[in-house]
Amino acid sequence: MAKFLMITLISMESLVIMNDFLLYAFLAGVGVAAVAGPLGCFVVWRRMAYFGDTLAHSALLGVSLGVMLDINLNITVTAIPLILAMVLVFLEQKGFLSVDTLLGILSHSALALGLVVISFLPDVRVDLMSLLFGDLLAVTQSDLWVIYGVACAVMILLGLLWRQLINITVDPELAAVEGTNVTLVSTALMLITALVIALAMKVVGVLLITALLIIPAATARQLSHTPEQMAVVASVIAMMAVVMGLAMSWYIDTPPGPSVVISAGVLFSLSLGCRRLAS
Amino acid sequence: MSRLLLSLNGIHKSFAGKPVLEDVSLSLKQGEITTLIGPNGAGKSTLAKIILGLIKPDSGTSLPNAELNIGYMPQKISIDPTLPISTCRFLQLANTSHQACHQALESVGIRHLTKIPIQRLSGGELQRALLARAILRNPNLLVLDEPVQGVDVNGQNALYKMINNLAKTLNCGVLMVSHDLHLVMSATDQVICLNRHICCEGHPEKVTQDPAFIDIFGQTTAIYSHHHDHDHNLHGEVLDDHTHQHGESCNHE
Repeated sequence: MAKFLMITLISMESLVIMNDFLLYAFLAGVGVAAVAGPLGCFVVWRRMAYFGDTLAHSALLGVSLGVMLDINLNITVTAIPLILAMVLVFLEQKGFLSVDTLLGILSHSALALGLVVISFLPDVRVDLMSLLFGDLLAVTQSDLWVIYGVACAVMILLGLLWRQLINITVDPELAAVEGTNVTLVSTALMLITALVIALAMKVVGVLLITALLIIPAATARQLSHTPEQMAVVASVIAMMAVVMGLAMSWYIDTPPGPSVVISAGVLFSLSLGCRRLAS
Repeated sequence: MSRLLLSLNGIHKSFAGKPVLEDVSLSLKQGEITTLIGPNGAGKSTLAKIILGLIKPDSGTSLPNAELNIGYMPQKISIDPTLPISTCRFLQLANTSHQACHQALESVGIRHLTKIPIQRLSGGELQRALLARAILRNPNLLVLDEPVQGVDVNGQNALYKMINNLAKTLNCGVLMVSHDLHLVMSATDQVICLNRHICCEGHPEKVTQDPAFIDIFGQTTAIYSHHHDHDHNLHGEVLDDHTHQHGESCNHE
């Protein structure tokens, strides 16, 4: 009996050591997924998918500028998308090009500029693949602190502004007449989006961030009757996708970021099936 | 004595160098129904948005009463089908009280639609839901932008009656925007004809010019006819400007 216990303990310990990085990856993924759910709902409701893509692409520029100027990457990766969002609002108000076209210009200019700046940094080896597709298995303990700190801040902001956010999503003019400060609330939403994108970059990378935001939300839509339900269900589905993606990556050695997105896609297909069965 | 709710003085507004409103002055009073009519592009919605405080005029002043509380019914609303939201919840965005929302839905006659997703309402039902939201915060001024748009003739009649009754119950002022030059609620106290500037204003004529028309539309609506003392060219500019005077020379009561 004692011998059995010993073996069990040793095997558990080795499992813990072996899987330390897996545990970090799991915790990081779940933390990001928790906030990606509710934010993703707003991206879907407000049709901001392309906007999310644009901010994500500009986050790459944030990385390259951060490396070049030797600034903390967490700061530049949040600041550059935010600046880009402000530029977008400014150009949108000028009204000489459609938002769609503006996003196309800004998104790809930012991505191209980011890639060019990276190419100017021969001394620093920047792992482009991990930026583009995420590197969940390289998450460190200090990354975890940042992820959970920011995720908490985002959750608190979303909670405080929830009613106003729903209100400006339904109709900004009606909300404004009823006393909501629409500019303030939508700027806050942009800030939240930029923060979550900076986080999600670690999990799924620049090119797949929008997928992590919109696929769980779209899946949750089939299963919810209120905005709150949809936000919570989206969170849970995003977490499930992270766990499934990590498992897939662990057992059949696939890249974790794309595996998470594939899992989300599978869950979405299943939800479509559920809906058909229900109706 | 009806209280002054809001007065606009000498409002000018232009978009990208193109004038939309020129020297518009008006006042809205408690218990009075004002109808703003004019052709498309006359600046009606812009004027309504200035009154609502959504846009700022280039010059001129908008002086609201300190107690002004506006209930707004927008021309149309489009809510993405991905947002799961019931009619009741839609109303609760304006007033969290469950009971108040049910009462408001009751008073516009769609209590039975409380739990239906707002995107599934028909055109007429949605107009009523928007009206219910407008009255939820006990406003003293209702601003209604084309409230009967997309509603059939009988429905329009019923909606006008409902607005009239609600305005009386709430004892509030009403500003109604309409692009329809022929069909104006007969209960209107004041009609303002807008085409960038105020062409003329006053009480609607109680003339029954066409009995067949009344047969169809009933007593709540009437033809409003008025004569301009000036003409517009294709650009909406006033021709023969010197003969135009606001107020006195307008050919109606």
